[in-house]
Amino acid sequence: MNFLDSLHLRFAALFQRSQMNAEIEDELRSHIEHRADDLERSGVDHAEALRRARIEFGGSERFREECHEALGGNLIDSLLQDLRLAFRLLRKSPGFGFAAVFTLALAIGANAVVFGIMDGLILRPLNVPHPQSLYGTEYGDYSGFQSYPNYVDLRDRNRSFEDLAAFNFVFVGLDTGNNPSLATGYATSGNYFDVLRLQPYLGRFFHSSDEHGRNSAPYVVLAYGYWHSRFQDDRGVLGREIQFDKHPYTVIGVAPPDFRGTVLFISPDFFMPIVNEEQVGPENVLDARGNMHGVFETFGHLKPGVTAAQAIADVNAVGASLEKTYPKEVSHKASTLSRQGLTSFSGAARAFVAGLMLLAGLILLAACANLGSLFGAHAADRAREVALRLALGSSRQRILRQLLTEAMLISLAGGTLGVMGSVALLRRLSMWQPFSGAPVHIPVSPDAKIYVVALVLAVVSGFLFGIVPVRQVLRANPYEIVKAGPTGKVGHRLTVRDALLVVQIAICAVLVTSSMVAVRGLLRSLHSNFGFEPRNAMLVGANLTMAGYSADKVPAMQKRMINAMETIPGIERVGFVNNYPPLVYASGSRANVFKDETTDLRQSNIAAMPYRYEVSPGYFDAAATALLAGRTFTWHDDKSAPPVAVVNRDLAVKLFGSVTDSVGAYYRMQDGTRVQVVGVVENGKYLSVTEDQQPAMFLSALQSPSSAAYLVVRSRRDPQELGAAIRGKMRELDAGLPVTIDTWNSLLSVVLFPSRVATASLGVLGMMGAMLSITGIFGMAAYSVSKRLRELGIRVALGAPRAEVLQAALGRAFKLLAFGSAAGLFMGILASRVLAFIVYQATPRDPLVLTGVVLAMALLGLIATWIPAQRALAVDPMILLHEE
Amino acid sequence: MPEQAQLLPGTLDLLILRAVALGPLHGYGILLRIGQISGNALLIEQGALYPGLFRLVRQGLLKTNSGTSENNRRAKFYELTATGRKRLREETANWNRLAAAIASALSVRPEEV
Repeated sequence: MNFLDSLHLRFAALFQRSQMNAEIEDELRSHIEHRADDLERSGVDHAEALRRARIEFGGSERFREECHEALGGNLIDSLLQDLRLAFRLLRKSPGFGFAAVFTLALAIGANAVVFGIMDGLILRPLNVPHPQSLYGTEYGDYSGFQSYPNYVDLRDRNRSFEDLAAFNFVFVGLDTGNNPSLATGYATSGNYFDVLRLQPYLGRFFHSSDEHGRNSAPYVVLAYGYWHSRFQDDRGVLGREIQFDKHPYTVIGVAPPDFRGTVLFISPDFFMPIVNEEQVGPENVLDARGNMHGVFETFGHLKPGVTAAQAIADVNAVGASLEKTYPKEVSHKASTLSRQGLTSFSGAARAFVAGLMLLAGLILLAACANLGSLFGAHAADRAREVALRLALGSSRQRILRQLLTEAMLISLAGGTLGVMGSVALLRRLSMWQPFSGAPVHIPVSPDAKIYVVALVLAVVSGFLFGIVPVRQVLRANPYEIVKAGPTGKVGHRLTVRDALLVVQIAICAVLVTSSMVAVRGLLRSLHSNFGFEPRNAMLVGANLTMAGYSADKVPAMQKRMINAMETIPGIERVGFVNNYPPLVYASGSRANVFKDETTDLRQSNIAAMPYRYEVSPGYFDAAATALLAGRTFTWHDDKSAPPVAVVNRDLAVKLFGSVTDSVGAYYRMQDGTRVQVVGVVENGKYLSVTEDQQPAMFLSALQSPSSAAYLVVRSRRDPQELGAAIRGKMRELDAGLPVTIDTWNSLLSVVLFPSRVATASLGVLGMMGAMLSITGIFGMAAYSVSKRLRELGIRVALGAPRAEVLQAALGRAFKLLAFGSAAGLFMGILASRVLAFIVYQATPRDPLVLTGVVLAMALLGLIATWIPAQRALAVDPMILLHEE
Repeated sequence: MPEQAQLLPGTLDLLILRAVALGPLHGYGILLRIGQISGNALLIEQGALYPGLFRLVRQGLLKTNSGTSENNRRAKFYELTATGRKRLREETANWNRLAAAIASALSVRPEEV
């Protein structure tokens, strides 16, 4: 028979199933009738003859199946049969089906979301041509900052990159002629778009050839999203003049829609040439070699044939020679290459994703343990049915195939549900803007990769745990099981199921412990001492450059602003701080300071690198920063007075040994200026709440004025109402000045963002763990109760007290729960050490956390065993004794 | 009843072909014929016959016709095809070779080695 014939037969067999069955039935019946005829002839009566003929024939079910197979129609056919049976069985035990699907959906969903985040943050390169050869330069400490002159030297002297581009963030007041607003953009080197090999969506890009020195290229390229939202896709915007901080710029192009800048988290509104940055940003960006905040990141394509290692050596060589040439300004740190898009965040992002993966893996493990015990219990419940089928001649292979079909069905359902949930969540995540006013987004987009990963996970875990009961089936002795009934042995042997349950509970306890530790840590960090009091304080941000004030008019205007605030009723104190207050937007700059006796001001002689703030008189009062010694600033500490500083306790101790010794003492700045310390304030947090204690110095804002400042306004009034009053006053002062008004607490959310996200994810995972342990314990308890219903009935009939019945029914479940929780708590405490890196003040040695975990696990146990316990207590001995 | 031997795997097909070669038979008839020609020395589960029959039909070694049995019942009659006849010849030769080889191997005495 050739192949086509066989194929034809197989299909025919599939579609002619009923005909085939009829054929088999006819043959078997014919055989039995003939045999019965023979028996009748030997003197047996008709009915008895038929009966004997059937017995002699043997297990007809098995022969039927073998005939089916012999006819070649069995594979797909029996699969359909298995599926139908699986559906029927699941409908018969909906509890098992629901628990298994739900467990799997949770685990697959969690893992798909984490994979989606990892895909978005780490696996996916930037949306530009040839991202494989695109590298950023960064230092070993993950920062990509450069000074602009260093960048220019690096660009011109390196031999590894085809070309190097650079960019920096700029924040401008944008005026299109009607309403001034704030916008975030990149100030980029002229070659930026050429290095990225991008083509404009509309108009043209700027190029290196447009750069002719300082402020020579007043051009702007709009990001597609901003063009869409702010300019309503108006093609006529090309050639139009708009104002950045009152300086005219010409719109020359629109960037392509799928290009959202070269930092994954932060999509800019526009791109402008970096040679014009001084018009909208701090002065001296282009010249100051020591200003390491001139460039956020540099990057380029490696030349063909140049390896990453060669390029790193090359970049380091340039850095070393710069350090030699400019010892005062440059201290070279070891450079490496980085993948574009995450520089400066990659360490944190990787650690975060790794942590999430670990936790999601734990969830999957717990879910698998759960599934394993569920499947085991399910198979044990069906032991009698399986035994009957075996006795009737069904092959073990066929029964196993049926079990696996059921497992597949559950894993596909669970996987599908999980994927749907995770896709919905990822969509939400990609739309989410965590900070109003900051163009931050999470670059995740669910795609085919995620579906595949989730489905593979689902099928593999379903398959693995569908196999758990296989041993049970293979060893089953149909005769014994049918004879003994479904009670089976209720021995005190530790079974695989028990072990799985303990493992699962332990994992869940780890998750619950970690989430409690994290929540507790977050709560504490919200109420810890920052060195200022964020409650009842508003921050009013105003950059006078955006309204066109020249440097000489800035101090007077800032004083007018303070005076205006003081006239608003309910405002107790007002002061201002240049640039950003502590802990706002994780932004702060450091300065090099030297001891007074140091004369050679080279980098190696630096005494400390404190954070540097310039503050007005009244700032410390408004911020509620405690003064430990000396005095704060007055309006007389201006340019005509000798330079003075207030230092925090940490810097005082570093420079002078003690707080009292430091008042009246002197130290030196990088430019050689001697500064006298007039006061010492308490220590605080400056860049992040998790930082170690850092030194800080406060200079008088009157002695080093800056046009960008935040007013700190202390008042107990309702922030909404107060905000409106402040906005009104500011408009009276200058209607063209864009201001931001927020509570200090709300701006803290940016620095607390990592620990918030960590806490939220841990909270969700902890909840999942809790739910998983409920289904696990419930499954186990319900199973053990139903298994021993008859025994419990006898106990009740013999007059056992309720407590004893419960003890008999659920003692084991509780023992396992206690054992698992203890193990989990212990591991959770170990795991929480890791947490301390992300969540400030996360400590597991907290009696509240410990009792919380114990209580939570006990409560979970109670919830999960409630229904089985009710069932055990409500047992009616009469009914049970009637049964069977 | 004489002591019965278990069938070797694969030999049932050969017996079926042999039984049918003597003339068209229905299923039960094949069973009786095998018993008859083997002197009832072989233990055959009755139901095991049918998967073998269906397999041989599918392989094209047997063909079927419906007819009426000696008991006046409608039944399917199995008959050898040309391929089936050829296969029976080959398998018989094979079996004889095998049986002879096994028999001679088992009858060897120590001094003959």
